[in-house]
Amino acid sequence: MIGKIAIAIVVLALGALVAMYFLRPGALPDEPRAVTNATTQTINRGEYLARAGDCVACHTHPNDPEFAGARAMPTPFGNLYAPNITPDDETGIGLWSADDFYRMMHSGVSKDGALLYPAMPFPNYTKVTRADSDAIYAYLMSVPPVARENRPHELRFPFNKRELLIGWRTLYFREGEFVPDPGQSQEWNRGAYLVEGLGHCSMCHTSVNLLGATSEERAFEGGMIPNQNWYAPSLTSNREAGVGNWDLEDIADLIQVGTSKRGAVYGPMAEVVYNSLQYLTDEDARAMAVYLKSLPPREAEPLPPSQARLVDPSVMESGLRIYARQCAICHGDGGEGRGTAFPLLAGNQSITMSSPVNPIRMVLNGGYAPGTKKNPRPYGMPPYSHLLDDEEVAAVVTYIRVAWGNTGTPVTPQQVNDLRKLVPEW
Amino acid sequence: MWSTSIPGLEAKLVEVRDESRPSCRGRCRSSSRHIHLRPNSRGGALLAIALFLGLLSARAQDEAVPAFDTVDSMEARVQGCVTCHGQRGQGTQNGYFPRIAGKPAGYLYNQMVAFKNGTRKYAPMNYLLAYLPESYLREMAGHYANLQPPFAPRDTTPVDDAVLSRGEMLVRSGDPGKGVPACVACHGQRLTGMEPGIPGLVGLGATYIIGQLTRWQVGDRHSAEPDCMKRIASRMSNDDISAVAAWLARQARPRNLSPESPNQLRMPFACGSQPRM
Repeated sequence: MIGKIAIAIVVLALGALVAMYFLRPGALPDEPRAVTNATTQTINRGEYLARAGDCVACHTHPNDPEFAGARAMPTPFGNLYAPNITPDDETGIGLWSADDFYRMMHSGVSKDGALLYPAMPFPNYTKVTRADSDAIYAYLMSVPPVARENRPHELRFPFNKRELLIGWRTLYFREGEFVPDPGQSQEWNRGAYLVEGLGHCSMCHTSVNLLGATSEERAFEGGMIPNQNWYAPSLTSNREAGVGNWDLEDIADLIQVGTSKRGAVYGPMAEVVYNSLQYLTDEDARAMAVYLKSLPPREAEPLPPSQARLVDPSVMESGLRIYARQCAICHGDGGEGRGTAFPLLAGNQSITMSSPVNPIRMVLNGGYAPGTKKNPRPYGMPPYSHLLDDEEVAAVVTYIRVAWGNTGTPVTPQQVNDLRKLVPEW
Repeated sequence: MWSTSIPGLEAKLVEVRDESRPSCRGRCRSSSRHIHLRPNSRGGALLAIALFLGLLSARAQDEAVPAFDTVDSMEARVQGCVTCHGQRGQGTQNGYFPRIAGKPAGYLYNQMVAFKNGTRKYAPMNYLLAYLPESYLREMAGHYANLQPPFAPRDTTPVDDAVLSRGEMLVRSGDPGKGVPACVACHGQRLTGMEPGIPGLVGLGATYIIGQLTRWQVGDRHSAEPDCMKRIASRMSNDDISAVAAWLARQARPRNLSPESPNQLRMPFACGSQPRM
């Protein structure tokens, strides 16, 4: 009996201690609740959207404060210099209103009425909603102002005449916010909004005409990126970067992580992933994947058979020898790759697509996949331009394009030589 | 292309050719493409020489071929470096690509960040590092700082004695008349560098040393301000630079290869990359 009373007392005492612990004065909840007001939420959202739009890529000069401009953008018409978009009153956009900012995003017209060159992707940004534009504006107003005069563009005549942009706009610019397709899912519409709007994917993934315009009928059909000498593959061809037959997970990984079971990104796309897409939420990455997967493929005919038998046997032999010595340890004897560390080459659309530019550049210059939040320690490929001559590079690239049932076409030493001359000096 | 069909020889001749063009940089085409091996009276001797060279260079060349044990390792992750810097950071036969193994981690990290940001200009490195996070570059720097692979053979090409003695004097004592301090004053008595920011000079090829000093002279390479190497290189003549490079490339490797501890000595010039004592 005494024992039971003692146990009851101990239990009660413990209970009291626990209660006192939880009721102790000044006790804070375990998770400090985020104390955000509307402004903070708007600025946070603006920062997220500014990253989705990759503003920093053009509006920041390496090593300089963010958004202070002055980074050169070489174009076939001369150099453009992105302006200072920090909120400095004299040299930046400190005196712009949210209305001014929306007009610029939506119509491509600056505060002072000047027509913007379409290097600013307003033909895409016009799809951004007013609420999102206001959030980006609020974010830009919140970053440290930097006093730095804009550097004048260095465009050749007649491209230095902004009046000519009236003609360009009549031909190529369709103003208007994104209109959701009620026949599609909410996820699809979110993906379409990001891809067509802030993501401005069509700037590179649609071939550019002589006036630097992308055309709507040819949207996402791929093209050479002017002045960068990389090929931006078509997003609508399953022979290029079309992802119609990819799993959603792989598409989302490719754009958000930078690597996937189907391939990895390098060059200009690595920059986009590094600066922009790695910061997407999983939901937004997946939404973009849903939309990209749904893009209608342009060609209906099946893939051609491998041309391996049509290639000069001595080229194949030389290609195989180089492959076995230099490449197989990472990419595998059968081109099967090693998970997401070293991409597969067999059945890899970036290897087999009609333009051989990217595989040649990879062999010449090597490359690292971008370091991202989900893949902070990427693997890389070394350059070979100092070890292999044009014929050897052509042989090994030909080999990986036609071996293992790959459906690519052979490349010539001349194609290698052309790219060798274009890529940055050694 | 090759007028021989001796099995196994062809690949090795390709490597002989690679070695024979240290600074081709892709523009020149194979210089020894005209090597022909024909079975004739001198065939045996020629073959022996070719095989010997082939074996030598095959060994050297293997050091620049990708290789690793396990995928989830730093060794596998730095395969992007091996065709120029060698499998273990020892440098490659091409004298331009420097040994990076064993240099202080702080120095290697500073260089990689400078390549990433474009403040140190060398297009192939700028491209490779552009989209790698700094935390990862620090890890790579630590990886190479901890390696100490064997050195490449010393440079033995003949050089005038006067050049070598001028080089030795500059390295050991500097040239007070020109205001050039001795290399050893900062790079250490053993020339193995100083933690955390000053690189070792042992094991570097003359081409690389000349290239770097010249780049500093013309303002193409910078260090953190105050840029001590800019002050030094701009006081040196081209002959001084060649002499220093020739002497350094010919030195025996010290037994103790570790960089010196920081700030045992006061440095003659302030350097932004080295914290002051």
